[in-house]
Amino acid sequence: MTPPELTPPQVPLRDLVPDYRELSPEVAARFAHLRERPVILSIRGLEKSFGHGGSAARALQDMSFDVHRREFVCIVGPSGCGKSTLVRIVAGLDEATGGAVLLDGQEVTGPGPDRGMVFQGYTLFPWLTVRRNVMFGLRERGQPPRAAEATAQRWLEMVGLEGFADAYPHELSGGMKQRVAIARALANQPRILIMDEPFGALDAQTRAQMQSYLLQIWKNVEVTILFITHDLDEAAYLSDRVVVMGANPGRVVETIENPVPRPRRPDQFISRSFLSLKRRLTELIQPHDEAEDAGTLPISKLTDAADTVE
Amino acid sequence: MATGKPAAAHRDWLGLKKEPPPRRRFALAVLSFVLPLALWSAISYVPWLWHPLVRITSAGDVEYFSTGMEVPRANFERENQKAAAEKTDPAQGYRVNPPYLPPPHAVARAFVTAFQTPPRLPGEPWLYQSLGHSIRTILWGFIASSILGVPLGILSGAYRLFSWIQEPFIEFFRYLPAPAFAALCVAVLGIYDPPKIAIIFIGTFFQQVLVIANTVRRVDPTFVEAAQTLGASGPSLLWRVVIPAAVVEIYADMRILLGWAWTYLIVAEVVGTMSGITYFINQQARYRNFPNVYAAIAMIGIIGLSTDFALAWLGRWFFPWKRASRRVAKPTGLQRVRRPKGVPTREVKAA
Repeated sequence: MTPPELTPPQVPLRDLVPDYRELSPEVAARFAHLRERPVILSIRGLEKSFGHGGSAARALQDMSFDVHRREFVCIVGPSGCGKSTLVRIVAGLDEATGGAVLLDGQEVTGPGPDRGMVFQGYTLFPWLTVRRNVMFGLRERGQPPRAAEATAQRWLEMVGLEGFADAYPHELSGGMKQRVAIARALANQPRILIMDEPFGALDAQTRAQMQSYLLQIWKNVEVTILFITHDLDEAAYLSDRVVVMGANPGRVVETIENPVPRPRRPDQFISRSFLSLKRRLTELIQPHDEAEDAGTLPISKLTDAADTVE
Repeated sequence: MATGKPAAAHRDWLGLKKEPPPRRRFALAVLSFVLPLALWSAISYVPWLWHPLVRITSAGDVEYFSTGMEVPRANFERENQKAAAEKTDPAQGYRVNPPYLPPPHAVARAFVTAFQTPPRLPGEPWLYQSLGHSIRTILWGFIASSILGVPLGILSGAYRLFSWIQEPFIEFFRYLPAPAFAALCVAVLGIYDPPKIAIIFIGTFFQQVLVIANTVRRVDPTFVEAAQTLGASGPSLLWRVVIPAAVVEIYADMRILLGWAWTYLIVAEVVGTMSGITYFINQQARYRNFPNVYAAIAMIGIIGLSTDFALAWLGRWFFPWKRASRRVAKPTGLQRVRRPKGVPTREVKAA
């Protein structure tokens, strides 16, 4: 499937892939349809600074974007751009110093079950079995034990882990833990599912598997997803739109409509539309001159380094 | 290396990086008791090791010696040299250790005889009564301290408000040695058991609050955050997240604190009227019945260690999620009724 144009390395990539803004008619129609859906989450001029007065460090500056119902939005950005700060504010775990987060038009003031969250670290409660972990939110909201158990069972089936209902989290692999975490968050039927680099700690193979699981779940469940990642492939593979953030201070640099058609398949990783998006993301996150400097350390060749390796 | 062994057999005998295999661990644990015992036996049974005294079997012409008397070896030799010079009859005797170091077999025998020997004075307690009295004192002191200390520690660890309103004072108070309050306790509470329990309480409580508060503070805050995003709030966060997250560590703290409570026992028992095992030890020392003294001291260690073992075993039973194995261990006790199933841990294939 490798496009034959890619093989001669002398031709620069930018001349071979189309512009990322070129959407195929189907994709364009999809976005037109998507924009008509109601806005679930609205970030309005969000500001966050740490410290006071002159020494205050600005983490986020005038961030604004909307997420529509059933949309899959990825947020990417260089490390330290405030991605995590942003999601923590959306989840209600941190407070903004300016602007507002609106969920269905209501201002967010604290954490709540309407915004489910999957964290990067494993946050399953180790003292509860898998089933009871999934039941946690339901019981917290006053569902009787029997009903909560039945609901939990359904969600465990959804993530393919019904056979592990009575296991403890430490008996599961990393990928399985994150699937339970997704089931636990979804069992509350949140308006939006916030995922903060949920697959960051997984190995490449499990991560790819989890990505396709997530797409399957998203397809079958009425849920909107806000997904934070630093992995550009992941963002391009999963998202409807990508919100690209810049650092110092954290801000929205560009919001890109993903030109890759759905349904997504792993072989799209080398499609033209995928590469055009990936190239744009790379440009935005690693500006050209910086990209060249980044890999180069000021190391001179040592005299006893005999053979030339490159 | 022996040829039969696989080449990969690790040679980390000192255990720098790896735990030794279970059987060797057990052997080492046994050895940790055998080695001091062997040292003690050597000193007791090898006549030319130490044995600083000579027990006189025949006084000869030495005037101030008498049969059965134990004299320092230097004196014995000096008197015998004198006797040899004066051509009088020398004294005879054999080397012994001082009475305060009885040989292991005497102490071992005392473990049995001490329980069988009726007290010398009427109204004195038997050994088992003394031990029972001590255990009761410890238990009441520890329970009283825990009833107050555990909740305060948990509150202090969970909420900054409680931490700031109580910990600075407790930090100050814990430096005051519990025995310093002995006189006060007697003045307020009398001379029998209450002041003793109070000493153990004072010695345990303040440490307990701080230790448990620290343990609770170490609970991973992301557990609380995860619970909040699932809709938990208020007291529910404390009961359903913070406490379960810390309970295993709190339990471990309690085991250590119970050990500390024992260290205050002897001090507590000399307060007011001397009681319990301390009284027994003192009486036996007064009668110069040193094997009994050692036996009684060793009993404290045995009781302490076996309590700790029992608690550790119970802990495995209370906290099934803390078992190291990836498969659920053999069910014990209540778990036979409510057992979590063992599971294979391979990743499930995509459907």
